[in-house]
This record gives sequence, structure tokens and C-alpha cells, in this order.
Amino acid sequence: MADKKIRVLIAKPGLDGHDRGAKVIARALRDAGMEVIYTGLRQTPEMIAEAALQEDVDVVGLSILSGAHNALVPAVIDKLHQSGMQDVKVFVGGIIPETDIPNLLALGVYAVYGPGTDTQTVAADIFQALHPSDN
Amino acid sequence: MPKVDPLAIRQGDRLALSRALTLVENNAPESRELQSALFPFTGTAHLIGVTGAPGTGKSTLVNQLAKHFRLAEDSKPAPKVAIIAVDPTSPFTGGALLGDRIRMGDLSGDKGIFIRSMASRGALGGLAHNTAAFVTVLDSAGFDLIIIETVGAGQAEVDIASLAHTVIVVEAPGLGDDIQAIKAGILEIADILVVNKADRPGADNTARALRVMLEMAQGKNGLRSAKGKHAFNSKQASGSSTQPAAEAWLPPMHTITATEGKGIDALVADIQRHADYLHSSNLWQQKEATRLRRDLEALIRDTLVHKWRMELDQQQFESVLSDLLQRKYSPIEALETLM
Repeated sequence: MADKKIRVLIAKPGLDGHDRGAKVIARALRDAGMEVIYTGLRQTPEMIAEAALQEDVDVVGLSILSGAHNALVPAVIDKLHQSGMQDVKVFVGGIIPETDIPNLLALGVYAVYGPGTDTQTVAADIFQALHPSDN
Repeated sequence: MPKVDPLAIRQGDRLALSRALTLVENNAPESRELQSALFPFTGTAHLIGVTGAPGTGKSTLVNQLAKHFRLAEDSKPAPKVAIIAVDPTSPFTGGALLGDRIRMGDLSGDKGIFIRSMASRGALGGLAHNTAAFVTVLDSAGFDLIIIETVGAGQAEVDIASLAHTVIVVEAPGLGDDIQAIKAGILEIADILVVNKADRPGADNTARALRVMLEMAQGKNGLRSAKGKHAFNSKQASGSSTQPAAEAWLPPMHTITATEGKGIDALVADIQRHADYLHSSNLWQQKEATRLRRDLEALIRDTLVHKWRMELDQQQFESVLSDLLQRKYSPIEALETLM
């Protein structure tokens, strides 16, 4: 499939007031040649899973600044699985305490990014997560 | 990628539908068979195009339209609505930021609605190469209305005119003087004109300028301007001369404020009226015939180009190219050498 492009959903679950970080990531992944769907602020886990299904994305990136990640991330993953999207790769970005990261990784999240992460790392990790055999 | 069952798509399996769209978008080999299996079950959906310059409020309008269509009328079940939202692909990176869903949050949670964002992937007419194929898949999945939102289009991106049954051109105040409206192109494809952002200053002027344009076009050659584009395949139009000449459709203009839902009821009524008009005048059939002809021609062209590339002697091609560069040949002579 020569025409295949990586499709990524960048979503903001919960009640965060701004989405600067999400937009920076969306832009960076676009510049890495991906098709990035951005859905805006204040999405419920149901809305995110529905958008991921309709858009048939390969990757979902969740941006969470509010501290509610321990509730929101499992809820989103649960809804994704319910809608048949077991294969989709999930990463999380935002303000996540170090101590919570192992828990998120155990849920199946493949990476957690904090402030100051190089956007090229995020893009490279997506390629790696989707095509582990290439490296 | 797992195989997608055409029956599952027709029975409303949303995951199967979504996977099928991906196969089609990527020109996957298995998508050909899939499209052939689905094609017999298409031809009933009303295709509504929404086009206009960037920032005129197309996505917000599409959100409102879909919401209104979904309000059940009397005892009839509400129509199922699919939305294809096309945004541009970066010519430099091949990536795309697809943001039309931001304005469509209202539609989430309604199983009668399916929204798919689509990157233009280098196509220049305001749609992607495979938008028509998306329509085939969504039509077969039982969607009664398919709304196609184009790339923010300026003046010449008029592919939507040959795809959609009903074309809505959205304008907004403050985007240019009245000369913009006189230029050829996007206004000529409108079945319905919308001036959005009616709450903004200058909306009256925009509406007035457009109304004058419409009246001039309709006054000068009423039949051609309104009906011409539906019957631009003149051979076909004269061929079906047993049909009485259709009463011309005069594009109505609506002034709306999409963010507040103002003026949407009347617009929805006119969209329905246009569909009824196309059916009663037999123009629906003519449009379908024109569209399928174009699709077939495009398919033949793509296949021939592909075949030519496969059979091409790359070495000879490079040597001709090098001669071309040194001005030994003209491009036309090079063509004669190669073909």
C-alpha cells in the first residue's frame, strides 16, 4: 500500500482551558508527513473513541493538563476497545507526575511526554510504535 | 489490514465502514473489489456540496445542517447523514491538519451521523482524488444525505459541481470587493448561495453585491445560467428531447448566522426543494449520467497513465529528458520519440 499515510487523532479529554500544547504537537506531526485530526477542547472519552473509529486512526494522542489523567486515560482506552479499536496506539502528553507514568504505561499507553519534549521525538516514536521491525 | 466484508458495511457496521474508507483512500488493491461489490447498492443518496473561501464558516454550517436534517419530521424516520470534510495536504511535507471536526462537536454521540475527515493529497479541485469513491462507500452504507465540505476554495476549485447534486456556496462579509463576485468560477456553480455571519458588519453589502450578480446572470440568459450547468453535456440534453424543458432553477440566496443556527430552517427547506426539483425535472438522472461519465473517463485516464509508466523504458526516458534539457528536442518532439 504505497499510498498509506499515518493518521493521528490529537484529543483533549476533560476540562482543560487551553490547547496550546496539543496544537504544537498536531502541527509537528503534520510537518512529519502525517494526517492529523484535531477535535478541540473538552471532549468526553466517548467522543474521542467515536472520532478515532470514524477517522480510522493509527494513533491517538491525549493531551491532559488538569491532573485527571488517572481517570481519563483508562476511560478513553476502555471506550476505544469497546468500539473495536484494540490496535490503535495511544500516547499521553501534558502535566503528568513521574509517579503516575508506570500506571499509564501498564494500561497500554506506549509513551508519556512532559513539557519540553522535542516534537521530533514524538514523531519518531510514532513511526517506531507502528513499524517496530523497521528499526 | 484485515479484509472488509461488504455486507457488514451495508448492514451499518461502523468499524467496517471506516476500514473500508481507509482502503479506498489508500488505493489498496482490495479496495477495487470492495467498490465493485458496493456499487450496485448506490445511487439513492442526496449529495450536498458545501464550498467557499477559508473562514466563511463552512464547517459550522455543515454542523447546523446535519443537526437539522436529523430532527425527525412527523412520522418519517430521520435521514442518516454522512459528512466528508476535505482539508488541504501540505505540498511540502505531505502531512495535513484536519480540523473540521472542531466545529462539529454537536454531532457526537448520534449513531445516525458519520463524519470522516479527508486530506486532499495533492488534488487541486477542492476535493481529494478519492472523494467520489468515498461517496460510493457511504451511499451503499445507507446514508440518505452525504454532505461534502470542500477545501477552503477560492475561485476555480469547482470539482464539487460535478460530484454533488446540490452545491451550496458560502460567502461571508469582509473577504473582498464586489469584483471578486464578478470573476468566473465558484459563484457559477451555486445552486444555493449563503451569506454567513449575518451578524457581522458589512453582511448587508455582501448580500447586496451577490444579489445584483445573481439578477444580472438570471436576467441576461435565465435558462442558461440556471440550467446550463445541469445540462452542460449538450448532446445528452438534446438527446432526451422527449422530456419537456425543465423550468429553470434560480439559485436562492440565504443570509444566515451559522454559529447561532439562525436562518438554517429556511436553508434546509430550500435544499429539500432543490432535490425535489432535480427529481421532477429529470435533472437528477442527467447529473448522475454526467458524473458517472466523468468518473469512468478519469478511471480510464489513470489506468492508461499507470500502464504507460509500467511499460516505460526508464533509460530511454532519461536520455530523452537530457536531450530536452540541452534543447536538442522540443517537448513535442520528445513525446513523439517516446510514444
